[in-house]
Amino acid sequence: MSSPSLPEETTVLTEELTADVLVVGGGPAATWAAVKAAESGASVVLADKGWCGSSGATAAAGTGVWYVPPHPEAREAAMASREGLGGHLADRRWMARVLDQTWENMHEVASVSRYPFPVDERGEQLRRGLQGPEYMRRMRVRVQRAGVRILDHSPVLELLLDAHGAVAGAAGHRRQADRPFRVRAGAVVLATGGCAFLSRALGCDVNTGDGYLMAAEAGAAMSGMEFSNAYAIAPEFTSVTKTAYYSFATFHHADGSVVEGAGSTRGRSVIARTLLAEGRVLARLDRADEAQRRAMRLGQANFFLPFDRLGIDPFTDLFPVTLLAEGTVRGTGGVRITGDDCATDVPGLYAAGDAATRELICGGFTGGGSHNAAWAMSSGTWAGRGAAAFARALGEGAHRRRLTPAGGVGLRPTGTPGAADGHREVTEAVRREVLPYDKNLLRDGAVLGPALERLHDVWAVARAGLRGHGKDAMRARRAAAMTATARWMYTAALAREETRGMHKRLDRPHQDDPGSRHRLVTGGLDTTWSVPETGAALPVGATAAVAAGVAR
Amino acid sequence: MIEVVSAERCIGCDKCVLACPTDVFDRGTDGVPVIARQDDCQTCFMCEAYCPVDALFVAPETRPLPDGSALRDEARLTDAGLLGSYRAGIGWGRGRTPGARLAVGPDLPRATPAPPPVKPSTT
Repeated sequence: MSSPSLPEETTVLTEELTADVLVVGGGPAATWAAVKAAESGASVVLADKGWCGSSGATAAAGTGVWYVPPHPEAREAAMASREGLGGHLADRRWMARVLDQTWENMHEVASVSRYPFPVDERGEQLRRGLQGPEYMRRMRVRVQRAGVRILDHSPVLELLLDAHGAVAGAAGHRRQADRPFRVRAGAVVLATGGCAFLSRALGCDVNTGDGYLMAAEAGAAMSGMEFSNAYAIAPEFTSVTKTAYYSFATFHHADGSVVEGAGSTRGRSVIARTLLAEGRVLARLDRADEAQRRAMRLGQANFFLPFDRLGIDPFTDLFPVTLLAEGTVRGTGGVRITGDDCATDVPGLYAAGDAATRELICGGFTGGGSHNAAWAMSSGTWAGRGAAAFARALGEGAHRRRLTPAGGVGLRPTGTPGAADGHREVTEAVRREVLPYDKNLLRDGAVLGPALERLHDVWAVARAGLRGHGKDAMRARRAAAMTATARWMYTAALAREETRGMHKRLDRPHQDDPGSRHRLVTGGLDTTWSVPETGAALPVGATAAVAAGVAR
Repeated sequence: MIEVVSAERCIGCDKCVLACPTDVFDRGTDGVPVIARQDDCQTCFMCEAYCPVDALFVAPETRPLPDGSALRDEARLTDAGLLGSYRAGIGWGRGRTPGARLAVGPDLPRATPAPPPVKPSTT
C-alpha cells in the first residue's frame, strides 16, 4: 500500500503511549528508576536502545559495589579514601547518602530479586560485587513485575517540551518493528549511560552520549566533562576490559624486556606511551599465585573468554594488550544534577547513572567499578521517585500539554540534507579526535585546542546536513551525540588549566589549589562553553539554544 | 564478533534476536537467525549467554575473522568444547550452580595512584 513517491514516515503510524514517568535507558540506573517510580504509584514506560537486561556497561561485565556497612569508622574511611584522588571535588553529604541508599538497595537485590550472592564460611552473604548478566536479568524481571511497560530496541531520539520548556515526553523509533513511537510523560529520567565512542570496550557500544545531547537540547548543562579520559586494558583486538586484574600483570616490550613503570593504576600512561612509540605492549599475569588464579576465574568468568578462545594462558604466556577508551563511562562527567532527587537544570528532566555526573561522590577520579555501581542504584532510585513526584504534582493536565520536539542535529538539518550514511563520516571524524592516547589520555593544551576546532567543524557540517530516517535516525543521532560529547570534553579540558583527578595536562602538571578547586559546568550546542560552578545563573547559551530549537 | 549460528542446534526461539543489545540479528525465514549486521556486534557475548541450546559462538576479536579461521568452524569449536562455554562459565542452564554464587575474586594488590603535585605558590 505504500507508494514509492511518498517518504516512508508518512505511511507508518506512530505508536502513541502515555505514562507518568518515562525512563530512557535499560541498565542498572534505568531499571532502579523504573522500579522506584512504579513503587511510588506512577505509571512507567522504560524505553531502551538495546534490550533491557543485556545492554549497557554492567550487563556484560561484573562489577564491585561501593557497599560499606553502616559503621561510622568504616563509612568515614570509605569516604576519606579517595577524596584527594578526586581532587576534592566530591561532596561528603552525597557520599553518605549514596552509601546509605546502596546499603538499602543491595538488601533488596538479595531479598526481592533473590540474587545468589556468595556466602562466607559463617553463612554470611558477601555483597561487595555483582555479576552483570545475573544482576541485570533479575532487574529486568523486577521491572516487569512492577508493572512497567518495557520497550526494547526502541532508541529514544529526542525529548518533547511543553510550552514552558519543561520536559514532557520523548520520541523515538522502534527499530525491530521499524515504527516511530512517542511517549507523553509527566517527567523523564535519562539513564542512557556515558559515552565511550564505539571503542568496543565491553558492553559500551550502546553508550554514545545520547542522553547528554538530548538533555542539552532541552537546556540542561553538563558537569565534570573534563574527567572523560578513562582507558581500560584489554587483550589486543578484543573487547574484554577488566583492568583491575592487570594489577597482577607485568608489562613487556616486544623484545620481552620489562616496561619500567607500566601498571594498571599508576602506569597506564606508560603503557600508552609505549604503545604510541613501539606499537606493541605485552602483558603476563605472572604476579598471581595459584589461589589468586582460581579466584580470578570464579570472580569474573568472562575475563578468560579471549584467552580460552585464542589458546593463550595469560598466567604464563605473553600476550599483546591495548587500551580501549571508556570516555565518561569510567570518567565522572555527565548531566549536571541540581537537587537531591537527581533533578537537572530543566523542569521535568532527571538524570541517573553514567548519564549524570558522578563528581558528587567521585570528584575528578574515575567512578569506574564500585562507585559507579553504587551511584547507578542510588541515583536511579532518587530520580525515579523524583520524577514520579514531579508527575504527580502536575495532575491530570500533564497529558494535555502541547508538545514541541527539541531535537536538532541529525534530525532537522539547517541546510541541505547530506547522504543517508553521513553518520559514518561524522563518527570517524569524532573518533579520530577522542580515541588517540596522545590527544585524550596524554592531554596537552596545544593538542586539545586544534582538536576542538576540528570537532567544531564536524559539528557545523553535521548540524547543516546530517539526517537519518527511520532505523537510521538512531545512527545519525548517535554520531551527533558523540560529536557534542567530544566538544564538551575538550572545552572543559581546556578550561581546566591544571592537573586534577584523572584530567592530567602535560602542559599544566600541577594541581592548582585552591584556585581551581571547583567543578566546571559545561554546555552549549552550536557554541560550547565551560564555566566554574558558582551557584550563579548559567550562561544564556543554554536557554537561547532551547529557544532556537523550539522556534524551528 | 558473532561468527557462528549453528543451524543444527538452533531451535528458532529468537532469544538472540531480542537479547542482542546492538540488534545484530534478523529473524531468518527458516527460523534460524541471520547475522545481518555483524559490524554492529560489540563482542559482549550476551547472545551466547541467552541461547538455551549453545548454538552461537562469539569470537573474541572485535573485527570479522577471515574465511577459513578455526573460530568460524562449527565442528572444530564443538570439538574444542567452546560452543556454550560462556554460558557454562557463568553457570546458566539447568542443573548448574549460578556463577554469581561462586564469584569471589581475589583481593587486588592495587597500588593507589598518587595525587598530582600541588602547584608551588607564586606569591
